[in-house]
Amino acid sequence: MYRYIIKRLLLVIPTLVGAAALVFLLMRLIPGDICVVRLGSGGGTFDERAVQACHAQLGLDRPIFLQFVDFVWGFFRGDFGISMWSGKPVLYEIAARFPVSLEIAIMAVVIANLIAIPLGTISALKQNSPIDLAIRVFSIAGLATPSFWLGILFILAILDFSQAAFGSPWMPPIDYVPIWQDPLRNLSMVIFPALTVGYRTSAVTMRMTRSAMLEVLREDYIRTARAKGLVEHIIINRHALKNALLPVVTLMGIEAAFLIGGLVVTEQVFNLNGIGRLFVQSVQNQDYTMTQALVMLVVAAFVLTNTVVDLVYAWLDPRIRYG
Amino acid sequence: MHIRAGLMAAALAAAVASTVPATADNPKSGGTLTYMIPADAPPSLDGHRETTFATVHSAAPFYSVLVRVDPNNPASTTDFVCDLCTAMPQPTDDGKTYTFKIRDHVKFHDGSPLAAADVAASWNAIIHPPEGVTSARESYFVMLDKVEAPDPATVVFRLKFATNAFLPALADPFAWIYKKEILDKDPHWYEKNILGSGPFRFAGLETGQSIKGARNPDYYVEGLPYLDGFTAIYADKQAVRVDAIRADRGAMEFRGLPPSSRDQLVKELGDKIVVQESDWNCVNLVTPNHKKKPFDDARVRRALTLAVDNWHGAPALAKIANVRTVGGIVFPGSPLAATKEELQTIAGFWPDIEKSQTEAKRLLKEAGAEGLKFELMNRNVDQPYKYVATWLIDEWSKVGLQVTQRVLPTGPFFEGLRNGTFDVTVDFNCQAVVNPLLDVGKFLPRSVYTENYGNYDDQKEIDLYQSLLHETDAAKQRALMREFEKYVLDTEAHMFMTPWWYRIIPYRSYVKGWKISPSHYLNQDLATIWLDK
Amino acid sequence: MTIVAPNSRAISAIIDDAPEIRRSILLRAWIFCRRQPLGTFGMLIVVITAIAGLSAEWIAPYNPTANDFAAMTEAPSWAHWLGTDQFGRDQLSRIIFGARTALIVGFSCAIVASVAGMVLGVGSAYFGGRLDLYLQGVLDVVMAFPLIIMALAVVSIFGTGVHNVIVAITIPLIPRCARVLRASALAIREVPYIDAARACGFGHNRIILRHMVPNVMAPFLIMLTAFVGQAILAEASLSYLGLGVQEPVPAWGLMLQGGAEEYASTAPWIAIFPGLAIALTVFGFSLFGDALRDALDPKLRDR
Repeated sequence: MYRYIIKRLLLVIPTLVGAAALVFLLMRLIPGDICVVRLGSGGGTFDERAVQACHAQLGLDRPIFLQFVDFVWGFFRGDFGISMWSGKPVLYEIAARFPVSLEIAIMAVVIANLIAIPLGTISALKQNSPIDLAIRVFSIAGLATPSFWLGILFILAILDFSQAAFGSPWMPPIDYVPIWQDPLRNLSMVIFPALTVGYRTSAVTMRMTRSAMLEVLREDYIRTARAKGLVEHIIINRHALKNALLPVVTLMGIEAAFLIGGLVVTEQVFNLNGIGRLFVQSVQNQDYTMTQALVMLVVAAFVLTNTVVDLVYAWLDPRIRYG
Repeated sequence: MHIRAGLMAAALAAAVASTVPATADNPKSGGTLTYMIPADAPPSLDGHRETTFATVHSAAPFYSVLVRVDPNNPASTTDFVCDLCTAMPQPTDDGKTYTFKIRDHVKFHDGSPLAAADVAASWNAIIHPPEGVTSARESYFVMLDKVEAPDPATVVFRLKFATNAFLPALADPFAWIYKKEILDKDPHWYEKNILGSGPFRFAGLETGQSIKGARNPDYYVEGLPYLDGFTAIYADKQAVRVDAIRADRGAMEFRGLPPSSRDQLVKELGDKIVVQESDWNCVNLVTPNHKKKPFDDARVRRALTLAVDNWHGAPALAKIANVRTVGGIVFPGSPLAATKEELQTIAGFWPDIEKSQTEAKRLLKEAGAEGLKFELMNRNVDQPYKYVATWLIDEWSKVGLQVTQRVLPTGPFFEGLRNGTFDVTVDFNCQAVVNPLLDVGKFLPRSVYTENYGNYDDQKEIDLYQSLLHETDAAKQRALMREFEKYVLDTEAHMFMTPWWYRIIPYRSYVKGWKISPSHYLNQDLATIWLDK
Repeated sequence: MTIVAPNSRAISAIIDDAPEIRRSILLRAWIFCRRQPLGTFGMLIVVITAIAGLSAEWIAPYNPTANDFAAMTEAPSWAHWLGTDQFGRDQLSRIIFGARTALIVGFSCAIVASVAGMVLGVGSAYFGGRLDLYLQGVLDVVMAFPLIIMALAVVSIFGTGVHNVIVAITIPLIPRCARVLRASALAIREVPYIDAARACGFGHNRIILRHMVPNVMAPFLIMLTAFVGQAILAEASLSYLGLGVQEPVPAWGLMLQGGAEEYASTAPWIAIFPGLAIALTVFGFSLFGDALRDALDPKLRDR
């Protein structure tokens, strides 16, 4: 067992280096030059010398290998460098935007679970009844609907509804204030993107809860509990739910990746100054340092989550370990 | 009548169509203007270094410039007024020396006084940047030799040759005046910091989110600014900006919205919305790659331009895209621009489109390029790039050309332009101040003008341009311009025009004191804006 | 003797309790439809979409790329059932042709990703050891890699166009399939008859193809149908961000980009119908996939 743990943990480092190499390479394969974009997007004329000066300042004229070593070594030290677009430290830019994304993500997960777990349980208990059918349709619709389309429709609905009801249109604020500064304003801005992203997550969780619940309900110990005459809802809450939730919990780790993907488009639709938007910008601006840092953070989080999941599975099911 | 609906007519029409009063009636002080900037975040707030409008919209209120386009008459292309100087000078020494007197009592926001030395130092940083410092507009000032400050109230500009392209270049909205002391100590300081002498003081930046300014009580113009402050919110998505104006989360944006947004806002908000419109000093061009066969053949290039029906296409496009006026290489409404009659003699502007298309087909056949298939490279921006491209492809199909579009994000698009990896590309020419003599430099070969992507050489064109640039007689200059235009667009068909962009700014009617200009870079220091609420 | 009138419920009961009776395809399909109304509905949607995509040229009323500047942003009417967009192009025709693009993208990505995932997953499980460990590491990296970077890289280097979008979407899907199939394959690998087969001297290929692959068929099919929906959604997101298929190719995600938001208030049909098409199609595939899984997974069948 310990050998497996060590092996699995050791695998993390080459994985991260591999990811670093991949993102480094991909970014530089994309044709384009951040200096040219900066100087030329206005449409006027600019000097080749200005471009050279910009390259020198950003360290783009150094040999590729040196740039890569700097990047990887910096990553493991926690030094992500300076954003090539804004000239400010990468961590500063990320930290400025992190609270928004985090708040939306947390709210989305909370909402998702508040909706999903009860509905999934009911759906499992009343399998194949009209309620089950309705809930399943609802959850599949959540998986099928593009989240940005939902966002667009949301905003449209809010504006038109408020115009019809109050005479003048209302929309959530477009600049963010932290929750401790003005909770009402903050929540009014965050609730809609959270709902949009949360709907999809709730769909997945709902389905997983339902199928896990169904499996558990067929287990012998549930039949025994019923035979013993235990009250139904005690059976559900004390026995069934806990066991059913294990795969659901592990699923949440994997769903985090989809959540980030949902955040990227949702932040565009709702004009939120979050990590997703920063990501899209930095890729389009070809800001190597920023993109590399963001990708590495996402990859690191994902790899670590998966490692933990693998270890937990190995602990639970000895067959999966191998010497 | 689109050619005459250039700047003058548009300004008149706008004055009639909107409810902006001709005179400012009792401006009220106070209030905060909230507006939106159509960008994610500017790379930096250093005006000398950047070329994006996002920098101007963010930080222009914090700075002063030497001269500028008249904010009370921004439609004019020849009316320049002083900001920091006291009077517009007449050039001396055969037009090669300009001497400016600087105002008294100007202070930087940290309390220190601004003198001629600061102006000279800032300008020298622009035209001769020190090693390792970027100046994005260095090549605009080839005619400038040096800038001196012989005494604390006088700045002298010495030119290498006389040209009336100098004053418009001097009015560059990015030519912010920085503090000499700081520039001497650390030439990179302004890349990360703000210290100016403008009507507003820097009051906070939340990166990617918003920038705020507060009224400068020591501003050198009495009574200005009217506003207590401003908040500029970065909002890249157009739908967000339109919705924000609709719901009064922001009063306006300063770049331009498409006709559909204007129509929607007017319909929904009635008299709570005012619209100002103007021709825009930006245009999309079509540039064939002369190094790729068969675009090295002038007949094929001429066919490309003859196939397109500008006169009928422009009004149709104007309903959905930010374009309107059919024009030649010079900004319509400028004294040097062609009249409609003059334009109609040039390929691509013939009044009879049937005749034009027949000629195009004939040329293609002659050059052996019938039914030619090629790719049009384009930038991944909706307004108006993609609309114009879709229209062009449709027009070309009418003469048997089969064109597909290759749309690229900005970075790879520029790379494609510079490396010449395209057949034909949508190009653009966007300038701040209307300066026709410099603006048409875009059509010169790469050896002279680095942002020309056609990959051709043409000494005759360069010679034509040189005589145009050095000509001092107005009538002769106009004639030379006509010759240059015909040569570029017709004879050689190096590049050709699509309808000029059109700027539409709908805004909340409580905002007063702002006048639209032909460029989204101009008139952005917000000093004259006041809120009627 | 009395002839008992056929009673469908009785027949079903008999069939259920008689596992040895060989069921004809038609009967099986009928059973499937009755048991899985949602799945049937899903299949119906899939079939309709497929018909639309295959016969687009014949059923679409207009040319999907023909601009008509005289009929811009027209509301749904008898002339244009779903209205026109800002270029005057008929929405219904664009949606029909868009079905073709969606299905091409969806099926290509799904098939390539599932097959590649199966090869990698089963192979990794079968051979185990260090190969498995390294492969899992590589797959981890690719799976964690954000789709947008992959898409932007592929699109910028190789250009836009349907094939490159397919490549960009397929790559992140492969490790997901590989992971799931590896888990299933691992369970089988430990079964004694695999070792017995090795002991008999059977080659790797034979064992894998004859013993392991058939046993992962169920999750394979489920992943396949799930991927179709995911690929269509991914294409929509990429087009929305400007990295997918480009004008003037009709594609649902592309129809939602730019113009749709610009005109959302004044011409909502431009934004609603393409989104509805995406949602319904993915919905259909998901329902179908669900029903498939229920049919194939004995544990979840009704008693």
